[in-house]
Order: sequence, then structure tokens, then C-alpha cells
Amino acid sequence: MSDQPLSDWKPTRRQFLTATAISTAIGALPLQLYAAQSAAVPLDQYKPEFLNEAEWAFVMAATARLIPSGGNGPGAHEAHVPVFIDRQLAGKYGEASDWYMEGPHDPSADPALGYQTPLTPAQIYRQGIKEINTWCTNKHGKQFAELEPAQQDDVLTGLQKGDVKLPAELRDFFTLLLGNTKEGYFADPMYGGNHKMLAWSYIGFPGARASFKEWADQYNVAYPLGPVSISGERA
Amino acid sequence: MARKDPKKDVVIVGLGWTGAILGMELAQEGLEILALERGEDRDTVPDFKYPNIADELKYGVRYDLMQRPSASTLTIRRTLDETALPYRQLGSFLPGNGVGGAGIHWNGHTWRPQPEELRLRSYTIERFGKQTIPEDMLLEDYPVSYEDLEPHLDRFEHVAGISGQAGNLRGKIIPGGNPFEGARSRDLPLPPMPQTYDANLFAEAAKAMGYHPFPRPGSIASKSYVNEYGMQMGPCNFCGFCERFGCYNYSKGSPQVCILDALKRKPNFSYKTDSEVLRVELAPDKKTATGVSYFDHKAGEEVFQPADLVILCAYSLHNVHLLLLSGIGQPYDPVTGEGVTGRGYAYQMNGGVKLFFKDKHFNPFIGTGSNGMVIDDFGMNQIDYAREGFIGGSYISTGTTNGQPIRSMSLPPGSPAWGQGWKDAVGEWYGHSMSIGSHGSCMSYRNCYLDLDPTYKDRFGRPMMRMTFNWNENDIRMTQFMRVKMEEIAKSLNPDIMQSSFKKSGAMYDVRPYQTTHNVGGNAMGADPKKSVLNRYLQAHDVHNVFVMGAGAFPQNLEYNPTGMVGGLAYWAAHALRTDYLRQPRSLV
Repeated sequence: MSDQPLSDWKPTRRQFLTATAISTAIGALPLQLYAAQSAAVPLDQYKPEFLNEAEWAFVMAATARLIPSGGNGPGAHEAHVPVFIDRQLAGKYGEASDWYMEGPHDPSADPALGYQTPLTPAQIYRQGIKEINTWCTNKHGKQFAELEPAQQDDVLTGLQKGDVKLPAELRDFFTLLLGNTKEGYFADPMYGGNHKMLAWSYIGFPGARASFKEWADQYNVAYPLGPVSISGERA
Repeated sequence: MARKDPKKDVVIVGLGWTGAILGMELAQEGLEILALERGEDRDTVPDFKYPNIADELKYGVRYDLMQRPSASTLTIRRTLDETALPYRQLGSFLPGNGVGGAGIHWNGHTWRPQPEELRLRSYTIERFGKQTIPEDMLLEDYPVSYEDLEPHLDRFEHVAGISGQAGNLRGKIIPGGNPFEGARSRDLPLPPMPQTYDANLFAEAAKAMGYHPFPRPGSIASKSYVNEYGMQMGPCNFCGFCERFGCYNYSKGSPQVCILDALKRKPNFSYKTDSEVLRVELAPDKKTATGVSYFDHKAGEEVFQPADLVILCAYSLHNVHLLLLSGIGQPYDPVTGEGVTGRGYAYQMNGGVKLFFKDKHFNPFIGTGSNGMVIDDFGMNQIDYAREGFIGGSYISTGTTNGQPIRSMSLPPGSPAWGQGWKDAVGEWYGHSMSIGSHGSCMSYRNCYLDLDPTYKDRFGRPMMRMTFNWNENDIRMTQFMRVKMEEIAKSLNPDIMQSSFKKSGAMYDVRPYQTTHNVGGNAMGADPKKSVLNRYLQAHDVHNVFVMGAGAFPQNLEYNPTGMVGGLAYWAAHALRTDYLRQPRSLV
């Protein structure tokens, strides 16, 4: 990758200043952020907040197919995407607390009229995973997480194309799952995914640096510095 | 029993750009002013400070600074026979919330209307004949001329600290500016920003084809600046977190950065947050307002706030909703074509071409909100409507901005949406694409309007507002015209891969993908009270002590981003209030 950020860059005055600004800002961050950071346990030791055992197994298996490990760049597991999804579903996103959720609902409406299910994202995951596992058990005799990777890909493709049918209330499940997986890959690590900023380093996004005045008119030169996170991590 | 508070001279509903402008201007007249803001208070520190603001998920994806549909939304349908459904989660447009309103999370693009756009009906008939106007198009003249507005457009540009290059100074065409713009009485307050690689490539290609590229005018400070209120802006550092974010660097113009701290020092001005206006209260004869009723979320009770003058400064859609709920202006009926409130809702017709280059580095995270080079060679006043078969125009531009990876991940057509192929594609293509975008007019039509929904209620039990909007063939012909011109420019840059995205004939409005927060019309200004809610001073025809700011006053949309016009109109209305209305309150026309 020609645009991989350099890992062993030498600090310049400007970077020193940036680092100083970040350290100052860290001083103001709430303590629970440190707690969350220090609690970044290995993926196999993570205790889900929202997902139950079967749901966690599904999310682990599905995200591993949506962004596989191996080849170029981190996979969903290296980036701790399942942790991100679990925490999002446990929080106000999962509850749809910002969305208008009053009835009457018409979940079969033209999709171009937007989100019309009565269910929150957390409920869609809970019921959607159950439906899909039932479908997999009927078809293959096994739950999704126990299928071969190629079979899992077929199920995910079926969900994406609508060949694996879910009730209208759940029809946004695949869109949510894929969207949340990519969010967890690229969001700031404080949300549990993008572990060690691996996804940012992979694509060359410098994260929260957010100060580029001298770079604006340097044409066709890849920006050389690696990412920083909001809590001040570097990679 | 609602609480009744002591009377004020002026009550302002909504404390965004126009609320701040009207507050400041009328505070200078010594009036007792109260602004009611339904959202929370906000300031650069602590709400937009670094590094917390550099959070794409929180602000860019979960919309932390926007209106929450759980608290306030509307219903949407495309046709008269469709059932409107609630806009339950944000997508197509993103109204702001809290002090500063959408003036916090905008990109800063600040344009003036063309003189021709303000007399579009007359211009069209004079130049191309009445038969060019489609039967269902509500084409109107604005009841103000460019010459009327020029000093006020200029004033807003100098309050908001616009960086850019004038193209027409007092009638003299200035090289490097937009030669097709109306005459400016003076230069913009700040020089243009430096341009990124993609904008430079576009400008060179456009110039080679004989077009006239110029830097995008924006409320993004290129140098340190102090405006007439003593408010200071610092030079932008291209942080890349602009649209959907507050500015941590005091570089993007906003009510906070340009007006509010000066306004808060005025002893005769005060504001209350978490105060949601429910309706304008009218006297029994319905010819004047007595004040507003609002819900005080902190006290948990409804309050009647008496006032001599009511100025609606909420987002355009909320102003229309309040007018409908308050019985100001006869509600519009698309079947009979009668009525005015809700008439002529319009949007914006945009399109784009993406260009992928394996060997070019664009660093998409580096940019200002208003970064970019533009051509206006296909603007409203450059198109032959009779020959091309549409009324409209677009500006065409390129400029990297907001290139964070969750939302800004352009991949070539045919790239997988997931799996190893997706992962390879993001590694290969992030930072290797640019786009050429068109931003164009959207006319008003008989069947595009706003009214009260028959089914859905808000949290106060009031009927929600219902939007009926769909794309129209006139505007689709316009965007297809732009596609041809833009693809020519794109091809001249020899990209490895190219992909166009323009509305096609028959396209239906889709509320899911973000398009633009340029929702205009619904309380049009006009000379004819049978077709408009407001007169030329943004004063309600029927209720002379109610004035309504914002883009709801547009009889049809402009080719441009609306904020420059909204700011100019606010200063124009403030001038009429200060120099005429306050001396003798009455209908000014």
C-alpha cells in the first residue's frame, strides 16, 4: 500500500504541538473513558452487555464474513467490531431513543419512505437473529454460527438480496448489521471497535488529528502521519 | 392554567442565524427582547471543543447536534394519493436544534441570488415566452429586487466573515471571480482559502474548456477577522470536521462565533432554552398577535408570553408548522389551488460524477466546509429555457470536505458491499477519488406543499406537519443537462473509472440518503396575498405584528445554498422594522 501511513515518523514541532493539545484535552476527559480503555479486553474474553450467547455467536460469525480476517487490512474481529455492535445495542442507539417510534406503523411501506418498523435496532437484532437461526436450522440443520463460511456467505447474500425473507418489521436487519459493522470498523476506538485504530491505519485516515493547514495545497502527496484517537492513542 | 409571564416588546422564536440577527438589530433600538429556543444552550466551549468534536460516529452518523425526531418531526409522502408516514429517523435533510440551530453544523457556503432569480417569472416571460412555464409550476417573482437586497446581502457577508473572490464589483468584472453574479457594492471581507488538489484539477479542466472557475464563497475565515459586532474569527486549519460538526477553531461562521456573545451583553436581550413555542396567539379579530404560548421543559408547564411583536426565526419547516397551527394565512389546498400557508414547498436538485484515480492522492480528510472551485457557466441566467426545455440552472463544483471514512467511502461501481472484496476496495480506493457536483434550482409546483397531517400527532398532541413532495420532470431535465456538461469535464481529466449519479425521469423522492437541508417555501413572500403569506418585508399579510424569517419565504428555490439569501433577507426585514414599522406598527404595504 503506497498510502500506508509511516509507522516510525519523527516528531516535528507541529506534531509536538498537536500532542500537547491532545494531552491538555485528555486532562479534561471524564474518568469513565479511561475505565473503558483499560477494559479493552481480548475479544474472546469480552462479556457482552446486550447480546446473549447465541446472539453474540451470530454477530461474531456474521461480522467475520462481512469484514473477514486475512489478506490486506484488519478483519472485523481484529478491529473488535462485535464489541462496538454490542455496546451500541446496549445504549441509546439500540433503544432508538432519538427516533420517532409512535404508531401507527406501516413496516411494509415503500422503503423510500424510510424506517417504518415499530421495532428498535436492539429488537430487530434480537428477533432477526432468531429468525435467521431458525431459517438456517431448517435448511442446514445448524445455527448460522456453526455453518461453513461459504454457507454463511450464501445466507448473508440471501438477506442482502431479499431471497432469505424476514418479516416486514425485520426487513432492515441486514442494512443495520452491515452499517453497524462498518461503523464499528471506522469509528473512534472509544466506542469499542476500530481496536488500536487498525482500520484507520489500514486506509490512511489520521483520525482526530483535525489540523491540516499546511497540507491543503500540497498536491498529490499522501499525508504521512498515522492516526490519533480522541483519547490520545497513537498508531 | 398556563403560566403568564410579564410582557415583552419582542419575542423571537428560535435562536439560530436569523434569531440572532433580529435580536441584535432590535436590541439596538432599546426594545425588551426575549428569544425562546426549544433546544439546549450551546457554545464553542464546551460543546464543540477539540478533540471531542472530532467524532464522526457521534456527530456525523448519530446526528448529535440535530433535531431529534423523537422530539419533533413531520410526515412525508410523494403524491396526493400516498399515505404520509413519519420521518422517523433523519436522512434526506437535517434540521438543527438548540442555540445556533443549523448555523452550527452547516458547511458555510454563502451565496447571493442572481438578479434574474428574484424576478424569475418576469424574466422567463420576457426572454422565453409564457409558454415555457409548465402548467403545474408556481413560478413567481420575489417581491424584492436584487438592488433592494444588495446592501443587506453585503451586510450578512461581512457579519459572517465570507472568504472568496468577488466577480462583479459595482459592474466591473473581476478576473478569478464569478462573472455571472450580480454586482457587489464592495469586496468580500476575506480573501479565498487555498484550494485542495481535486479543486485545482477541476478548475484547470474547466478553464481549458472555456469556463470561468472561481473559489467557492464561504463563511470560513481564511485570516483573522473581526466583524461589526466586535466578534472574532480565526483562520481555518482545514480540520475536515465541518458539515454536521460545530467548529472548534472559531473559523466557521455561526451565530455563536459571529453574533451571540455580543448579543448576550445587551441588558435588554434575554433568551430561554428548552422553551418550545406551541403557537402564536392571536387577538379575537385575528389581525394582530398577542404573544406566543410555549412549553417550558425545565418548569414542565405551558407559558403564555405576551409581546407586541412576534418574530418567527425557527427552521423554515417549523415556521410553516407554527403558522398552520396558529391559523395565520389560509392553508393551501392543492385541489383548488387556493390558500397560501404551506403553498410552494421546494427542495434542491443536485447531481454528481465521481472520478477514481489509482495514482492520485486526495487526502479527503483535509478540507474546509466551503473548500472548492466552482463554475456558474450553467447557472440560471446562462440557460436558454426555451431551447433546453426546462427552467433552472446549477453551479458545478469540486472540493474535498468531510472525508471521514464511515460516510465518505467512495468505491468504484461494482465494488462488493462486504467481504474480502470490500475490504480490499477500501484499502485500494480511500483517498483516490474526487467528485464533481452540481447544485441546482428546484421550482415550486402545485402538488408540492405542506399541511397538517390527519393522523400523526407530536408529543404535545398537535397534528404533525405533512410534506408532500416529489421530483418534477422540469428539474430532472435540468439535472440531466448538467450531467452531460459535467461528464465532459470529468472525461477531460482522464480518470481510471467514472460514475455518474443524477435523477432520471420518473425518479421518486427517497427520504433515506442525505441530500440537502435546503427545505424552502411554504410561507412565501409575494406581492399578491392570494399567493403568499408574507409581504416584501417578511411581514404576515394578515397579521401585521408577525414577521417570519428564513427560507420558507422563497416562492421557489434558488440555484444556490440558501443561507446567504436568508441572512440578507433578515437584515432587510430588520431594516424595515427599525426604520419604519417600530415608529408606526401597521402593515408596511
